[in-house]
Amino acid sequence: MHPFDYIQPGSVAEAVGLMRDTADARFLAGGMTLIPVMKQRLAAPSLLIDLARLAELRAISAKGGTLTIGALARHAAVAESPVVQARIPALASLAAGIGDAQVRNRGTIGGSLANNDPVADYPAAMLALGARIRTDRRCIDADAFFTGMFATALEPDEMIIQVEVPVPEAAAYQKFEQPASHYAVAGVMVAKAADGVRVAVTGAGSGVFRMPAMEAALADDFTPAAITGIAVPADGLNADLHASAEYRAHLVTVLAGRAVAAAMGRS
Amino acid sequence: MQRFGLGQPVRRSEDPRLLTGRGRYAADVRLPGEARAVVLRSPHAHARIRAIDTTRALAMPGVLAVLTGADVAADGLGEVPCSIRVNGRDGQRMPRPGRPLLAAERVRYVGDGVALVVAETLATAVDAAERIDVDYDPLPAVATIEAAVADGAPPVWDAVPDNRAFFWQRGDGDAVAAALAGADRIVSLALANNRVVPCAMEPRAAVGAFDAATGRYTLYTSSQSPHGVKKGLSAHTLNVPEEMVHVIVGDVGGGFGTKIFHYPEEALVLWAARRIGRPVKWVGDRSEAFLADTHGRDQRNRLTAGFTADGRLLALKVESFANMGAYLNCFGPAIPTEMTGCMLSGVYALPALHAVCEGVYTNTTPVDAYRGAGRPEASYMLERLMDAAARELGLTPDAIRRLNFITPDRMPYRTVTGPVYDSGDFGRRLDAALAKADWAGAAGRKREAAARGSLRGIGLSSYVEICGFQGEDATIRFADGGIEVLVGTQSTGQGHETAYAQIVAETLGVPFDAVTVVQGDTDRIRTGLGTSGSRSLPVGGPAVKRAAEAVIARGRGFAAHLLQADAGEVRFAEGRFETAGGRGIDLMALAEAATDPANLPPGETVAVLDATARFDLEASTFPNGCHVCEVEVDPETGRVTVVRYTVVDDFGTVVNPLLLAGQVHGGIAQGIGQALMEFTAYDPDSAQLLTASFVDYALPRAADLPAFDIAFDGIPCTTNPLGIKGAGEAGTIGACPAVINAVIDALAPLGVTHIDMPATPEAVWRTIRAAKTAA
Ligand SMILES: Cc1cc2nc3c(=O)[nH]c(=O)nc-3n(C[C@H](O)[C@H](O)[C@H](O)COP(=O)(O)OP(=O)(O)OC[C@H]3O[C@@H](n4cnc5c(N)ncnc54)[C@H](O)[C@@H]3O)c2cc1C
Repeated sequence: MHPFDYIQPGSVAEAVGLMRDTADARFLAGGMTLIPVMKQRLAAPSLLIDLARLAELRAISAKGGTLTIGALARHAAVAESPVVQARIPALASLAAGIGDAQVRNRGTIGGSLANNDPVADYPAAMLALGARIRTDRRCIDADAFFTGMFATALEPDEMIIQVEVPVPEAAAYQKFEQPASHYAVAGVMVAKAADGVRVAVTGAGSGVFRMPAMEAALADDFTPAAITGIAVPADGLNADLHASAEYRAHLVTVLAGRAVAAAMGRS
Repeated sequence: MQRFGLGQPVRRSEDPRLLTGRGRYAADVRLPGEARAVVLRSPHAHARIRAIDTTRALAMPGVLAVLTGADVAADGLGEVPCSIRVNGRDGQRMPRPGRPLLAAERVRYVGDGVALVVAETLATAVDAAERIDVDYDPLPAVATIEAAVADGAPPVWDAVPDNRAFFWQRGDGDAVAAALAGADRIVSLALANNRVVPCAMEPRAAVGAFDAATGRYTLYTSSQSPHGVKKGLSAHTLNVPEEMVHVIVGDVGGGFGTKIFHYPEEALVLWAARRIGRPVKWVGDRSEAFLADTHGRDQRNRLTAGFTADGRLLALKVESFANMGAYLNCFGPAIPTEMTGCMLSGVYALPALHAVCEGVYTNTTPVDAYRGAGRPEASYMLERLMDAAARELGLTPDAIRRLNFITPDRMPYRTVTGPVYDSGDFGRRLDAALAKADWAGAAGRKREAAARGSLRGIGLSSYVEICGFQGEDATIRFADGGIEVLVGTQSTGQGHETAYAQIVAETLGVPFDAVTVVQGDTDRIRTGLGTSGSRSLPVGGPAVKRAAEAVIARGRGFAAHLLQADAGEVRFAEGRFETAGGRGIDLMALAEAATDPANLPPGETVAVLDATARFDLEASTFPNGCHVCEVEVDPETGRVTVVRYTVVDDFGTVVNPLLLAGQVHGGIAQGIGQALMEFTAYDPDSAQLLTASFVDYALPRAADLPAFDIAFDGIPCTTNPLGIKGAGEAGTIGACPAVINAVIDALAPLGVTHIDMPATPEAVWRTIRAAKTAA
């Protein structure tokens, strides 16, 4: 690890101001992604702006049909939150399946979304649920937020404050874990809402993406049978040691079917 | 039998220390004034080193030394040698290039050390390593056996242009050819035994100090073999007399074979300590462990076996390639040859064998012993073969095994491969394991699984292995009101402190807590061969027992002196010497009495009770047993889940069933890991290790494993005074074939007859798909 400065600002404004005014500064949330990268010397920020004191950003609440989760809510808090469990149980169980207990006790939803790892779980949930990502300056639809591999619509000094998630009628997430890292080889979130069905895929491509053909089929007939025949093209999907593009394409169809079954209350 | 005696489930006396963070591992050693070292490692699998410029690194404040291969040569240091002689196809000796402490002219695998940086702090050393400018001229590299033996493959060593490090054979080729020609059925099988990374929990570390006044070196290291390291330093790398080297090993967090050997870093820290006049510490990180610690397995085996129509095995031909990596490591060439070859008869009465093995150089990490060291490879071959033959001959897996077992009435039995089995009832283990695993009920469980859309399969393996090598000394000393046992084996987590103390407590009739086991100090313990090949209890155990018996013999004389009786009249029982008349003295009271010179017989010292004894193994031991594995395969994703696992083992006499179960559990976990998860991948072009961290290298975790159902049914070994057969490696030896046989059984309804390890989800999915396409 290279030497760096460290600060714990007391307000969002102060944090964003420091970020704007310092070259090579980085926000630090749970540190589960950033710290390992620094230890490997792949990142060498000059200043770490630790968000730990912004306790208000840990809140989880629900109003009307919207669930609001603060950017600093840890994966374990989301998994265990009665509010989340009651409104969107699929999101609670997704959070419970991230990494291991240590990671879940440190990692945050804001950090995960800002990082937008192509194999992370939360991006699939946000995209399928049609969430809005609220920052210190604006509100970004999930459809516009995830822009590619490790890339988001955030400006360099922009901070995620919270996510606002419309509560669906039914939803489920199915993840096929890479056996070593337990990240998603492929993960599919299916959500059925009043305005339609959304299917989002993580792990399989260079970033999270939707499956319009499956969404259309499920809008007519929300059953696994409606999509078993919908093959996913392997072109452009990830290929690595753990899974070829062809295998990932196959898994997406299998997982989507299982997610629909689970959302229907069967598993 | 007392509560802490032989056979009792005594809890490990090491655990309170280890579980509360009070263990002392090599990296915990802090010597006054110590400097930190890092090794700069080659990023290339194969390259010529044109030049190394250390100027920028040396100029950094806090940097104490930057040493390269040129300095190693200038100071006359040696290489880490291979201790196994190797021959070519023509029977002529082949070169055995040693492993340099630092590569000077050429690097041969990613991770080969090229420079040692010593600095005030670790951070400075790491920074300085980044400022060493190495001018590499990359060369083409070979990563796999197939690539290395291909025509025109780039040679790893110029002296071995075809990359064939050695040729080895055993058995009778003509007899096998004749038997195969006369066989009713030939069964052939090509198997890949995948390379694995041993992954001990504690990475290696070494702290070196040099005393300029005495000229003595002291090394703290993480090793399975303190005396072996001492010998390596003295005879090969530092080239100094043995008495000038002191090796200390504290707690060790796992070894699995990898830590048997003397490694370059151990010599480098001592050399650097002498050069800078301060202790030097090197602590390997996990990435270095992946790259620079020896790997295991990596064989390709082609089997041709002849059977009679009713299933009797007549002859076996085995043609193997073994990947040695870039250098021949210490025992490396012995593993796929002698160690695999001697167990190729397994539990079966095999009339004729011919085995050949070619060792192959590749630009990869050296390969050497890994838990089982050659024996799991043999067991994997035989147990896959038996299932394949059963399928082809229309027999059940258990029937073909029963037909071919070496039966107990034939013991002792000399196998065609050499060893003489003293005891074993392989049929009894098989019957017990099948009953315990409800083998008969498997068909019903398969139907139930099929109704859920899942494929269930069951598989077994009957294994035998060879354990216990050479001899060991043990010393028992009375000091400070307690008893010390000094022995040259080395625990890396097995619980030797508990097991040896049990043997001594039982033999001497003293409290378990009074016994302390001392290991890992070459000044305090004169000799030792360390721990490998499951040898500690089969060899160290009898040595300790004999030392205890020698204590009793000496104590009898001393007690007679004190009791003013005739030694012949004094008997010993339950920790007490007594005369026929009922007068007596406890052993511990006798030890106390020895501290007063007035009590001692003429010519005796305070050490009147202390004794050393030696046990030399005349014959190896042959642990054996039967594993039964049951799996479910998700036909849509290819994921395999081990749902049930049953073992019945014959380990001879059991010293401590808790420690024993721990050994078996860990062994099975590693076997399941190799069979289903542990995929070691090198990039075919660059020979970069792609699975170089736990992000990509899948070690099994608790959640990947079922609860194991284990029973011990031991026939005491006839060639071992305690009847102990050894158990450290058995789990890995039995597990791989049982797991893969179960996977193939699960896929059998689809027409699948073969899959290689590791049976990862995609591999299984592809196998299913290919079977469906073929159907
Ligand atoms: C062993 C292990 C296993 C894991 N397994 C999984 C898994 O299965 N699934 C999964 O999805 N993830 C997994 N992760 C990643 C984990 O979820 C991380 O916690 C997450 O990706 C990052 O969150 P963090 O709070 O730790 O962010 P940090 O590491 O602190 O930051 C990550 C990045 O986000 C930026 N950032 C943080 N907070 C904000 C904010 N509020 N606004 C703007 N930018 C911000 C930081 O500057 C940094 O660039 C795993 C991690 C580890 C170490």
